[in-house]
This record gives sequence, structure tokens and C-alpha cells, in this order.
Amino acid sequence: MSQAMPSPGQNGPVVMLHDVRLTYGSHVVLDEIGFSVRRGETMCVLGGSGVGKSTILKLILHLEEPDSGHVEVLGHDIETAGRAEIFEARQRMGMVFQGSALFDSLSIFDNVGFPLFEHTELSLEEISGRVREALSFVDLDYRRVESLLPSELSGGMKKRVAIARAIVHRPEILLFDEPTSGLDPITTRTIDNLIVKLRRELHVSSIVVTHDTRSACRIANRIALLQSGRIIFIGTPAEMLASDDEYVREYLE
Amino acid sequence: MASGCAELSSDLTCGRMSSSRISPIRWLNEALKAAAYRVQSYFGLLGRVLASAVTRPFYWRDLAQQMDTIGVASLGIVALTGLFTGMVLALQSSVEMKQFGATIYIGRLVGASAVRELGPVLTALMVTGRAGSGMAAQLGSMRITEQIDALNTLGVDPVRKLVTPRFLAALVMLPVLTVIMDVIAIGGGMLIAVVKLDLTATLYLRSVYQSLADTGFILRYIPIDVFGGLLKPLVFGGIMALTSCYYGMTTRGGTEGVGRATTQAVVSSSILILASDYFLTQLLIALLIE
Repeated sequence: MSQAMPSPGQNGPVVMLHDVRLTYGSHVVLDEIGFSVRRGETMCVLGGSGVGKSTILKLILHLEEPDSGHVEVLGHDIETAGRAEIFEARQRMGMVFQGSALFDSLSIFDNVGFPLFEHTELSLEEISGRVREALSFVDLDYRRVESLLPSELSGGMKKRVAIARAIVHRPEILLFDEPTSGLDPITTRTIDNLIVKLRRELHVSSIVVTHDTRSACRIANRIALLQSGRIIFIGTPAEMLASDDEYVREYLE
Repeated sequence: MASGCAELSSDLTCGRMSSSRISPIRWLNEALKAAAYRVQSYFGLLGRVLASAVTRPFYWRDLAQQMDTIGVASLGIVALTGLFTGMVLALQSSVEMKQFGATIYIGRLVGASAVRELGPVLTALMVTGRAGSGMAAQLGSMRITEQIDALNTLGVDPVRKLVTPRFLAALVMLPVLTVIMDVIAIGGGMLIAVVKLDLTATLYLRSVYQSLADTGFILRYIPIDVFGGLLKPLVFGGIMALTSCYYGMTTRGGTEGVGRATTQAVVSSSILILASDYFLTQLLIALLIE
């Protein structure tokens, strides 16, 4: 294993993107993207379909490399890091996928406990305790769900299990890709409350990619609005709602 | 296009071509570049599999599970293929050999054919159809439902966790299955020889042994044919697992993509197995027999 990755200061940014550009052939996906996320902050990335929102998460996770610019995660330039360092950095992050991405051949217990089985030497009893704690945190009755398979859960429950899996190893950064898409308003509100609860109780930094303005205003400390691969607005929800920018107004309406 | 794709997932989609209208020369150029990229990615995957096979962490449980899926679960189909192949070989050759009164040599024909060629090739093809397609479909489904991305984000190398156990399991199980196929094929031939051609089992088996002993021995006791017959499935197993996993890991385009990846995995593996069989046979003849 390579050298441990350094941690930024207590209040320093945990994620920084500097002037990032990414193209697929002649199609510019992201252009001049730059923002930072501080420890304990929730940043929402808003925008319509296909503007490159999810690609930002892939860049942070180093599932994609930018053509130019830099991505810093937990004080380390992810572009120059080796494979081992990248996997180590990923162990300090949690990701909730749009489709939940639960391992369909594993039970809910094994899904949530997966990062602990993989990366820790904890006993089964300790892992069991952590899994139940995570499931309870997302308001799921572990007695009822832990032996079920993902296919036996509803969409909202799958999302909550995905959040439990993302937080079970106590990450410093959480990434959410469209966490409320396809959910009814009540379940959406439940997921929003969970994201706020994560910030308040676990002080986790979150980046939430969404197209749901209402949801973003409820959970975000700051919002970045993307249009055609560029950030055209970045600020607090109140600043966004008060913005005179034509596209921002159009998006809000 | 992204300057360098970080993971195999995105790696292998880099060679994709635009479907917009382009000139034939540019199309050819793009097609060749894409093909070269696929070859590079294929061998890149092989390199990563070999590297992760000798470095920690090892996934012993996954390896055992894959040995069961590839080996134990394929026993039935391999046994049936062996039995009927041996019986058909004996039956077909008896028609010709009877004319010359040479039915006592049926064992030679069945033994040599089964051990040298039919055993390794048919086993590999049957396992490709059964287990290779399963590998491509399973990994393809994991790819399109973001489960492979999830592994990446959980700090687990998907190649190490998913591909290496399948590759190693195939390397171990294909030779074992081939030996079983060879024995059952020879047994099937013996059944026909004894029941239909009135040969004794001893005569038939002596004839089989003679055919294997004729080409000589390696390390004093191992017939060259048996050595070759065990080396081939080792290579075929690697080809089958790597090709199937490659297509699974690079699946794109939803459920239709999974179907396409599965078909491509089986077709490509089969062709590669048949082509490599020729070159391996050439090599073995040049090195061990000539």
C-alpha cells in the first residue's frame, strides 16, 4: 500500500476543482469548472439532463480524467495519485448512485457491511453492530430488512440502504447522484431529511447532483447551476432565488 | 475524448466511433484505431489480472465459488459431450475400418482424437457456451446497473474482485474437465467397441494406450499427447475467461447491450480457442514431436 493520503485542515476544502475541462470527441462535456466544498458543507450541483452533472462526481472519484485542470480530493491531487492511492481515497468517500447500485446477489446485511468486510479487520459481531447502526440511521428496521435481497425492496428503501452502505465506513465525503429521482414527494422529503441529518450529526461533506430545485434548496449550503457544461451560477439557495440572471430565473420557473 | 480513461470501465469505451456521416478513409482510420484500442485494452486487462493474481488481497471465497460455477456445474454437460463424442467416433470409424478388418485399431483412433484434439477443444467450447456466456452476462448486468462503479467507489478493484477469480478458476478447472471428458470419451468408444464390434475391453484399452505411447513421453512417464492435451485447456481456459470478462466489463447500452456482449463473448472466445488450437498444435509438434 502506498503512503497514506494527507488530510486537509479542519476547515479547509475537502474537494476542489480547478478550471476543469472534459471533452468526448468534439463534444465539450465540462468547461472551466471550478468550485470547492468545505468540510461539513453540502453543495448541490443543479442542471438539466446531459449538462455534465454526474460527470463531475466521476471526476472526483477518478472514474474519468479531465483533459485539463485539476481535481483535488482531501488535499491530494487525484490526477497524479497512483492506483493504490486512488482506491485509498475512495475508501474515505461514499457514493449513492442514481439507481442505488446495490449488489443484487448479496443480502441487505452483506451490501451494507461490504466496505467493512473489505477494508477492516472487524469481527462479525462488530460489523453486525455497525450495519444495524447504519440501517437505523436511515430509519430502516434492520430486523425486517437485513436478510432480504435488494430486489425485495421498494425504490425508496433501496435508496436508504444505498445511503447506509455509503456511511457505514464513516466517510468524510458523500457523493449523491440524483438521490431523489423517481421517488414520490414524501420519500423525496425523507431522503432530503436524511442528507441534512448526515451533515448535522456526522458533519459529512456532501456533493449532491440533482435537477430538483426544491430538494436542492432544502438541503444545500450552496448551489452550483450548470448550463452546457459550464457553471453559470454559484451561491446560497437564498442568493439563487434572488438572482436576476435570465437562465437562473428560467430554471427556477 | 478524455485524454486517458482512468478505469477499465471508461477505458474501453474510448475506442468508440462516431456514427455520423464520414468519408470511407476516415471511417477506416477510425475503425482501425478502435480495433487497436480494443486489443490494447484486452491485453491491458490480462496484465492487470496477472498482477492481481500474485499480489494481495486475494479473494479465495470468490475463487472457490467460481471453481464451482465453472467446474462442478459444467460436469454434466462435459460428461454428456464426452460420452456421445466417443461413441460417435467409434461408430463412424468402425464403418470404414471394418472394410479392412482393422476394427482392433478403433481404440487408437478414439484415444488419439479425444486426448489430442476433441477433448480440449470440445470441453473449452462447451464451457464457453455455459460458463463464459454467464460471466459476460453477469458482469454486463453489473456494469449497466452501476454495480461495478459501486465497487470502484467502495475502494475495491473490480478487476481483482471479479475478473481474477474467474480467470484463475478457468485455468484450474478447464484441464480437470478435459481429463474427465477424455476418460468419458474413451469410455464411450469402449462401449461401442465392446457392445457393437465384439472387441474386448482389454484389447480396446491396450490400443488406446498404444496410440498415446507412440508419440513418446515427456519427463519419462507422461505421454506427449497427454501433456499437450493438458496444456491446451490451460490456454483455452484463460482465453475463455478473459474474453468473456472483457466483454462483460465493457458492456454498454442497457439490457440490449448485455445480450450483445454475451453473444460477442461466446463467438469471440470460440474463434480464439479454435485459432489458438491450430497454433498450439503446431508449436507442440515442432517442440515435442519433431
